Amino acid sequence: MRRAGVPVAYSQGFTPHPKISYASAAPTGVASEAEYLEIGLREEVDPTELRLALDAALSPGLDILDAVVAGPGSLADRIDASRWRLELPGVEPDVLRHAVSAFRAASEVPVERMTKQGRRVVDARKAVLSIDVITPTEAPSEVGGVPCAILEVVVRQVTPSVRPDDVLSGLRVVADLEPPVPPRATRLAQGTVTAQGEIVDPLEADRDGAAIGER
Amino acid sequence: MSAASTAASRSAAMTVWPQLEPLLPLVSKPIQYVGGELGAVVKDWESAAVRWALMYPDAYEVGLPNQGVQILYEVLNEQPDVLAERTYAVWPDLERLMRAHGVPQFTLEAHRPVGAFDLLGVSFATELGYTNLLTALDLAGIPLLAADRTEAHPVVLAGGHAAFNPEPIADFLDAAVLGDGEEAVLEITDIVRRWKAEGRPGGRDELLLRLARTESVYVPRFYDVDYLPDGRIQRVVPNRPDVPFRVRKRTTMDLDAWPYPKKPLVPLAETVHERYAVEIFRGCTRGCRFCQAGMITRPVRERSITTVGQMVQQGLEYSGFSEVGLLSLSSADHSEIGDICSGLADRYAGTNISLSLPSTRVDAFNIELAQELSRNGRRTGLTFAPEGGSERIRRVINKMVTEEDLIRTVVTAYTNGWRHVKLYFMCGLPTETDEDVLQIARLAHEVIKAGREATGSKDIRCTVSIGGFVPKPHTPFQWAAMERPEVIDNRLRLLKEAINADRSLGRAIGFRYHDGEPSLIEGLLSRGDRRVGAVIRKVWENGGRFDGWSEHFSFQRWVDAAAEVLPPLGVDLDWYTVRERGETEVLPWDHLDSGLDKDWLWQDWQNALAECEQDDCRWTPCYDCGVCPSMDTEIQIGPTGRKLLPLTPVRGLRTPAASPR
Repeated sequence: MRRAGVPVAYSQGFTPHPKISYASAAPTGVASEAEYLEIGLREEVDPTELRLALDAALSPGLDILDAVVAGPGSLADRIDASRWRLELPGVEPDVLRHAVSAFRAASEVPVERMTKQGRRVVDARKAVLSIDVITPTEAPSEVGGVPCAILEVVVRQVTPSVRPDDVLSGLRVVADLEPPVPPRATRLAQGTVTAQGEIVDPLEADRDGAAIGER
Repeated sequence: MSAASTAASRSAAMTVWPQLEPLLPLVSKPIQYVGGELGAVVKDWESAAVRWALMYPDAYEVGLPNQGVQILYEVLNEQPDVLAERTYAVWPDLERLMRAHGVPQFTLEAHRPVGAFDLLGVSFATELGYTNLLTALDLAGIPLLAADRTEAHPVVLAGGHAAFNPEPIADFLDAAVLGDGEEAVLEITDIVRRWKAEGRPGGRDELLLRLARTESVYVPRFYDVDYLPDGRIQRVVPNRPDVPFRVRKRTTMDLDAWPYPKKPLVPLAETVHERYAVEIFRGCTRGCRFCQAGMITRPVRERSITTVGQMVQQGLEYSGFSEVGLLSLSSADHSEIGDICSGLADRYAGTNISLSLPSTRVDAFNIELAQELSRNGRRTGLTFAPEGGSERIRRVINKMVTEEDLIRTVVTAYTNGWRHVKLYFMCGLPTETDEDVLQIARLAHEVIKAGREATGSKDIRCTVSIGGFVPKPHTPFQWAAMERPEVIDNRLRLLKEAINADRSLGRAIGFRYHDGEPSLIEGLLSRGDRRVGAVIRKVWENGGRFDGWSEHFSFQRWVDAAAEVLPPLGVDLDWYTVRERGETEVLPWDHLDSGLDKDWLWQDWQNALAECEQDDCRWTPCYDCGVCPSMDTEIQIGPTGRKLLPLTPVRGLRTPAASPR
C-alpha cells in the first residue's frame, strides 16, 4: 500500500492499523487465483489507477486483477463458497473416480484435523456442493510421464471451514486414497453460489452499478 | 549425499523448484523458501560470466535483514555480467525431506542448485553458524573438505566478522576475506571472470593462487601451521612462494560513494527486522576492550548527513517500510547526529514513519535524540549499556560511565516520559568477581529509587539484561581466560537473589540472562585454531545444527565431541577457553592483519588489568592502535555543516506510468 501510494485509512488509537480486511483468505500451502480484500481509504481514488498501482508494487505472481468501489454490505456477505482445483500427481484418474463416487455416496465423512486447540473432527462431506474428476485439455506441466488426476470441488464456506486437505482426508477415509506426493490445490473462484451451482464474482454487483471505473 | 550431488551436477540453469515445491506443504513456514521478494533479482544464467551464491548461515527470518548480504547482493547484481542469488540455512524438517528426495541446497531467486555456482560466499556474523555451513555444503553436494574439491565445485569463501579468525573452519573454506566487502567482491569477481575467460588455466589451484596474490584474500591451504610440543602454535607460514606472510583486511573509504542498500529486500515472510536500515558510520574508536566490532572496523568513517537523508528517502519510497533504523556501533557519536535526527523527524512529521537509533551511550544527549525521533508519538525503547556493574570493572573494559552519570541519565529518561528502560551488562569479564556482578543489583535499585523520587510515581520499570562475555580475536581481551559456566551461572543466581532482596524495588526490575554454557562454546570457536575444525565436524555429524538457537544448541554435544577429538592432539576444551595466553604465544590469527598493532593490544590488555582507561581518538589525540598508518586509512568525519531540507510531499497513486520501476 505504501509503495503504491494508496491513501489507506488507519484505525484510531495508540497503535493505528491500516484498514484492510481479507475475506476468507486461503490457507497456507495452497495456490489461489481468487482472493478478495477490502481497503478503507481516506479519499476517493480511481479504481483502475488503484489496481495498476498496487499490481506494480507487488511481487511477481501476486497480481491485482480488478478493483471496484465497494457498495453497501460487507465482502464477507457475498462469499459463501469456493471452487478448488486439486492436482494429484501419481494418481490414476479411474482410481480417483472410484474414490469420488464413494465420497458422493456418503452422507457424512468425518475427518480429523490438527487445530491450535488440538485434534478436531469435521465433516468433510456436508460442505461439498459438487465434486468431479475432470479431464484436462492439456496435461499439467512439470509432470511428464506420470499420471495426474484432477479434481474440481465446490465447497461451501462453513465454520469450521472445510479445506482442500480435508476433502483429501475424506477421500482417504472413504476409499483409502493415498496420493504418493502431496497434491497441489488451487482456489479458482469465490463468491455466492447460484441454484445452478455457479459461483458469482462478489465484485459483480458493484461493477454493474458503479458510476466510477472504466467497465 | 550421492543423490544431492547428482542433482547439483545437472544442467546448471535448471531449477530444483519442481522437486522442492511438493515438499513445501510438509514443512513449517514454507514461504521462507519461496523467494519472490521485492528487490530480488533473477538473471539469465547463460549470459552471466560470474555467478555468486551468497549465504547467510542462519534461518531466513534472521538472514534476510542482514545488511552485509544485502549490500553485496546489490553491488554484484549491478554488474551486467554478474549474477548473484541468495541461500539461507534450511530448517531440519526441510533438510530431512531434501535428503530423502535428493533435492540439493538451492538459491531463492531461481531455485538453482548452489553447487552449480562459481562462488559460494558465506557471511559469518557469529561463529555459531559454522555447523550450518557444513549442512549447506553437504546438501549442495560440495565436499566438506576444501582439499577434496575440484574445478566443478564453487569456491567457498567466508566473510563477516568471524572471518577475522577463520582458522576453525579453515579446512572447509577455499578462502576468506577480512573487512569491508563492497570492493573485495568486485575484485574477486574480476579475477574469476578473467580466469574463466582464459579457459581456466591451472585449474582451481591457479585461481586460488591469483586470489591469494591480492594479499587481501586468505587462502588457508597455502599456509602451514606448526605446533610446539605443549600444543601451542609454533608458527604459521606460507607453503609456497608468492603468497604474503600476512593477509590484510579490506577497508572501504568514503561511504558516500557506496550508498547501499538502495533497493533493500522486502520479505513476504516475517523476519526479525522489518525496516529500512542505513549505516550512518562504520568503525568505532570508543575502545571498549571486549568489543571486536569496534576494534576490527577502524577507522571511523561517517556517511554524510545529506547522503543519509537521501538514502532514507529513496529506501522508504522503494521499500514501503514504515520504520527506519540509523545503525552504527555508537550512533549518537556521529558528528551531525543532532541535525540528522531533527532533520528526519521534520521530514517525516505527520506520517506513519517511525525512526529509531540503537541507543547505548549513557548520557542525556542520547535521550534528547530519542525524544526528537519520537516526536511522532511513537516511543521506541531506550537501552543503555553500562556493560559492567562496578566502576572498577567498567575501568577494566574501558566503558567510561560513572554511577552518577548512569543514574542521572536514566532518571532523565523517566522524567521525560519513558516508563521503562533497558540496561545491558556483561558477565564473565576478565578479573570479574561476584562482587562486581552484585553491583548490578545495587545500581538497578538506585535507578528505581531515584526514578520514583523524581517522577513521584511507582509506575516505572527497568530491565536488566545480561550477556555472556566471549573473548574475541583482535581485541585486548584476546589473551584473557574465560570463566567456567558454573561460576557464571552461580553469579547470575546471586544477582537474581540480590535484585529480589528488596521486594518493592525488585518488582520493578526485570531480569534477563543467558546461561554460561553457550558462551563457552562460542569462546572455543572464536579463538580456536585449525584443530577445532575436527570438533565442528564431529558435532555436525552428531546432529548439531542452528547452534545460535537455544532450542537447538546442545552443550553436551560440543563437550563430547571436544573430549573425543582434541586430547589425541594434545589439547582440550579447557585449553582453548579457560586458559590465559601469554605475551609471546603465537595466536591462530596472527597472520591475519586487522591493522591493530599487537604490541598496542598487549599494552591495552595490561592497562585493563591495571584498571586504566583509554580516551577516544575521535576527540583526543591518536593513541597509536596502528590501524590508520598500517592500512593507509584515516578517520573520516564531519561536520559538513549541511542540513536536511524539507521534502516535497508526493501525493497520489504511483502507477507504473507515473513512476517506472
